[in-house]
Amino acid sequence: MLNFFYFSTSNLDMTYLHNIGAYFLMIVEMFRKPTKWAVMKQLILKDIDDLIIGSLGIVAFIAFFVGGVVTIQTALNIDNPLIPKSLVGFATRQSIILEFAPTFISIIMAGKVGSFITSSIGTMRVTEQIDALEVMGINSLNYLVFPKFISLMLYPFLISIAMFLGILGGMAACVFGGFSSLEDYITGVQMDFIPFHITYAFIKTFVFAFLLATIPSFHGYYMKGGALEVGKASTTSFVWTSVAIILLNYLLTQMLLS
Amino acid sequence: MIEVKDLQKSFGDAHILKGITTTFDKGKTNLIIGQSGSGKTVFLKCLLGLFNYEDGSISYDGQIFSNLTEDEKRNMRAKIGMVFQGSALFDSMTIAENVMFPLQMFTKQSKSEMEDRVDFVLKRVNLDDAHKKMPSQASGGMQKRVAIARAIVNKPRYLFCDEPNSGLDPKTSIVIDNLIKEITEEYQITTVINSHDMNSVMEIGEKIVFLKDGLKAWEGSKETIFRTDNKVVTNFVYSSNLFKKVRKMYLEENS
Repeated sequence: MLNFFYFSTSNLDMTYLHNIGAYFLMIVEMFRKPTKWAVMKQLILKDIDDLIIGSLGIVAFIAFFVGGVVTIQTALNIDNPLIPKSLVGFATRQSIILEFAPTFISIIMAGKVGSFITSSIGTMRVTEQIDALEVMGINSLNYLVFPKFISLMLYPFLISIAMFLGILGGMAACVFGGFSSLEDYITGVQMDFIPFHITYAFIKTFVFAFLLATIPSFHGYYMKGGALEVGKASTTSFVWTSVAIILLNYLLTQMLLS
Repeated sequence: MIEVKDLQKSFGDAHILKGITTTFDKGKTNLIIGQSGSGKTVFLKCLLGLFNYEDGSISYDGQIFSNLTEDEKRNMRAKIGMVFQGSALFDSMTIAENVMFPLQMFTKQSKSEMEDRVDFVLKRVNLDDAHKKMPSQASGGMQKRVAIARAIVNKPRYLFCDEPNSGLDPKTSIVIDNLIKEITEEYQITTVINSHDMNSVMEIGEKIVFLKDGLKAWEGSKETIFRTDNKVVTNFVYSSNLFKKVRKMYLEENS
């Protein structure tokens, strides 16, 4: 029994190691044998439309309302009259710029964009479209994953909008909810601003964009089976992309801010 | 011509191809037949370079594929056309874009030249007015014809088809078979078809390789398959009463 358990655990470790190795090899392969620029340009534009423009609506909606909720929660928890009302704006700005916009939106995007990438590439695998590319002598990883990687380099643009709308939503909730005046809120938003916090947020955003492009692609590209497995691969890709985002968020925060 | 020598392929402990030696002739429709699990698809994927093999060699007009550099392999693949079992059309592209794809990737033709070529091959497969349709809007037979058009658009030297008739009605199957045969003769290409459709064997099997348990069990043509006494082949090919009768009639007529 002990031996059985030992071997099961050992095989499991090997699977994880194998997958991690395969993931990094995929990244290397993605940059080799580039597709013709005339074709690649069209693929990049299509992916910008699918992944970035197509996510604007949901990101704007979530950012605006979560910004509002952050403000209300902060305001309700400040009941000491000695604390200035401008702290509501300050706390909202810090929460949104440091964590909500780069990290929370990235987790949502792991669900929206990640599952789209996994299922679209996975379906191409199941229906032999990837084999068709390979038979033609095309580097299918470069053709499929590289445009997504380039498109997601525009992801900071989406996060900037999330930051702006989050603070705007907070302002609307604060003023219309009667928690503080517009002047107090704006004073708070401008208070003790550290420009490096923006740099930190965008460094995180670029790293998360890379994860959002590559981890779901890995799960779609290397999946085996049929339609049911495409669904399972999408779920697995969401889980692993979220885990990677949370872990790297911790490491980057430790490295850049502490 | 494609020459295969002592081809061996395993997946872990499972020895799938156990040393296949054969040739596929230029300008002929060469068929690989055999029961499910006999190694046909693995053999075809080895021929296409999608699977690496442990032992043996495959040469395309004298060039051994495994000895080629990556760039040479890429150039070689550009000379290969493939019709997949499920057609494998790119579902984000229209039919015309699917057919134009190999031209965009491998040629420096202008857009009008590419469009002319696409018009020509779509007309050749009797799909004159399907340019703007999406693959999902096309029937199974139409999808197969688009796949054939995409495979031949860049004037390949080798055409591979994996069960081109699967899922098609008998009439459409004959249309597809005849189309492949005509194209093979017209462009003098080496065509290899993986099939277990006995109608195709009787109609277009100019050369037939029969696989069983990863080995070549028999080799011949649509004429010699009627006369063979090889029990393995006859048990498979004449398993239905219809083909038993066809064989009997053929032998009576040609005795």
